[in-house]
Amino acid sequence: MFSKLILRLAAFLLIVAALPAAAAVNVFASVPEWAALAREIGGDKVNVFSATNALQDPHRIEARPSLIARARSSQLVVATGAELEIGWLPVVLRESGNAAIQPGQPGYFEAASVVRMLEVPARVDRADGDVHAGGNPHIQLDPRNVLKVADALAARLTLVDPAGAVVYKANLARFSEKWKAAMVRWEQAAAPLKGAPVWVQHRSFPYLADWLGLKELGALEPKAGVEPGSAHLAGILERQKATSAKMILRPAYTRPTASDWLGERARIPVVVLPFTVGGSAEATDLFALFDDTLRRLLAGLK
Amino acid sequence: MAFLRPAALCVALAAAFPAAAFAASDADLKQLRDQLRELRDTYQQRIDALEQRLAAAEARSASASTAAVEAGTTASEAIRSVAEVRATADSAARRPASASTFNPAVSLIIDSKLTRFQRDPSAYRIDGFIPSGGEIGPPRKGFSLGESELAFSANVDHLFRGNARFALAEDDGAGVVEVEEVNVETLALPSGLKMKAGRFLSGVGYLNQQHPHEWDFSDAPLAYKAFFGYRLQNDGVQLRWVAPTELFLELGAEAANGGKFPGAERNANGAGLWTAFAHLGGDIGESSAWQVGLSHVRANPRARGFEDGADHATGAALQHSFSGSSQTWIADFVYKWAPNGNSRERYLKVQGEYLQRRETGELSYNLDADGVAAASSAARFRQSGSYLQAVYQFMPHWRVGVRGDWLRSGTADLGGLDPAGLPILAGYNPTRQTAMVDWSPSEFSRLRLQLARDKSRNGEADNQVWLQYVMSLGAHGAHKF
Repeated sequence: MFSKLILRLAAFLLIVAALPAAAAVNVFASVPEWAALAREIGGDKVNVFSATNALQDPHRIEARPSLIARARSSQLVVATGAELEIGWLPVVLRESGNAAIQPGQPGYFEAASVVRMLEVPARVDRADGDVHAGGNPHIQLDPRNVLKVADALAARLTLVDPAGAVVYKANLARFSEKWKAAMVRWEQAAAPLKGAPVWVQHRSFPYLADWLGLKELGALEPKAGVEPGSAHLAGILERQKATSAKMILRPAYTRPTASDWLGERARIPVVVLPFTVGGSAEATDLFALFDDTLRRLLAGLK
Repeated sequence: MAFLRPAALCVALAAAFPAAAFAASDADLKQLRDQLRELRDTYQQRIDALEQRLAAAEARSASASTAAVEAGTTASEAIRSVAEVRATADSAARRPASASTFNPAVSLIIDSKLTRFQRDPSAYRIDGFIPSGGEIGPPRKGFSLGESELAFSANVDHLFRGNARFALAEDDGAGVVEVEEVNVETLALPSGLKMKAGRFLSGVGYLNQQHPHEWDFSDAPLAYKAFFGYRLQNDGVQLRWVAPTELFLELGAEAANGGKFPGAERNANGAGLWTAFAHLGGDIGESSAWQVGLSHVRANPRARGFEDGADHATGAALQHSFSGSSQTWIADFVYKWAPNGNSRERYLKVQGEYLQRRETGELSYNLDADGVAAASSAARFRQSGSYLQAVYQFMPHWRVGVRGDWLRSGTADLGGLDPAGLPILAGYNPTRQTAMVDWSPSEFSRLRLQLARDKSRNGEADNQVWLQYVMSLGAHGAHKF
């Protein structure tokens, strides 16, 4: 009797599972910036879901049931890669039972695969904290990277949904043009930032620093992902006396304690950067993210 | 600048040896001039060579920047692309060429404890319940090494993923390797279906699938110890399906050998234990997530043996056995809260499970060496157990937790048997209260202090102190919700 029940259940499952999926492409983005980019490229051909919000630490997310459910009905996963999501995304993908979005399939896209990685560690050892063997994964704050990811994402969307190819191409062209124009504007505005020495809370900004020519003196975290102790901060304060930084940069999702402590003593501003779309009230999309980031940096410089 | 050098050298030489110049004869001067000319020629040759190389390099870089302009990129990007090529070359050089690239991900969990108990852990039992025969007792007093877990996992090919997990432990001074899990799961079944075959931790309940190093307390809830010998481990197949809905819905079923409690060792074809389970979950706003589940386990044990009581004459433990049907229902829930869903700072996790078991069949009392019972009778049991626990991370790395355990031995209808002969089945409701504080400097290490008052044994409350560390080495897969 019981095995009959199981058989009936299995038959029911197969019938329900065979129901057709919705027409629009469901995109599962691991972080808000790729969700925003997918909206730019996909337009109304895609339904975009962002697995995290800007106030969450993308390293530490739980493989929540809601994420598994979303991954189950997605046709494309857009992740950062470089092990940023290693603590949760592999479980979400495996548990979803969705064969189309497993790594290696067209339905799984990693943004880090198309950009040049910075801070690739020469040695990989957990004694060094949260080390990412593939390099620093916070690639989104260099607009040149965004452009490359946009290109690759459009190609991937076309692969997953060939019917929308024309739309993706047109959207990409429009986005690229607008983005390049914005980059000229940003680079002009950011000229005073060139060579400005800064401290960073976590190594979140190497790509931003690389783009703008900021001089990162070091991170407040003694090791990636490890909260700084008072002795370490005192050491940084000493170094600040020797080579004085203009400001301390901190992404919106991190704890303010350490940055505020140092900022107060060194009498330099702590600049809280949105870090991703939604990280500040102003950063409503990718363009606004960079507008707001630059505005905050320039304000910090004064 | 470089052209001036030989001339400057001549001047310097002339200046350095003025007296010699005046004193020298014409022949000497000629010789000196010849030498200087020779020197200048040599320098000229070297300079020419350098100039040629410089020109070649300039031509190359010019062509590179031309190419960059043609491609519509800026000069800075040209430099970047050169760097990129170098980075690619670097990474290509670093990439190991050997077959070890395909080695499975290996992880090792090490666990060690220091305990203080009032009662003898080797005489541990849960009164009111048929012994489950699992490793349910606390570790030995004092220092002890827990099970070290060694796990391997990798994709086998495009269709299968393999997992293996071994527990290395010590039993009476001898090292033993237990196969905790060895299974393959499918990667490419359509429509949200997943299949797993081999030995695996059953998907029933909430805690059952978690490995001991993931537990929030040092030991398993009493209900799991009494009903499954601390966890239900199956040799069989599992089929799971995730619904394509926004609300998480997972249905699953398993067919297994059922050779372990609540089943019994069997020599028969087909399956001896079946399970079915459903999990439902979702979010409440940004900060909260929940999951509830309902599971059923069914087994038909034949001659499931256990020991209880002692022979009056020899003092040897009496052997009994149960044959019949065993059905267990599990209702579970878990609720997690973290401000904005960011669990780095603070979070709260509340979980609880309720288990109920009904067993009907025949109880054979006092088996002799040939398995012939001194007495036997129809017997019925209806028992339940539950636990409720809350863990709160009040600042990064620090957590506190409390847990309550309740078991109800319920009604044991032993039919015609004398209850005095089976003292362990005498009605008793075991309870336990546990509190813990732990510190995790990273995701890979945890130190825990746990205090418990364990009343599993009727009339023998055990106040326990546990100090434990759990460390993860190597590749460490992400944990489930």
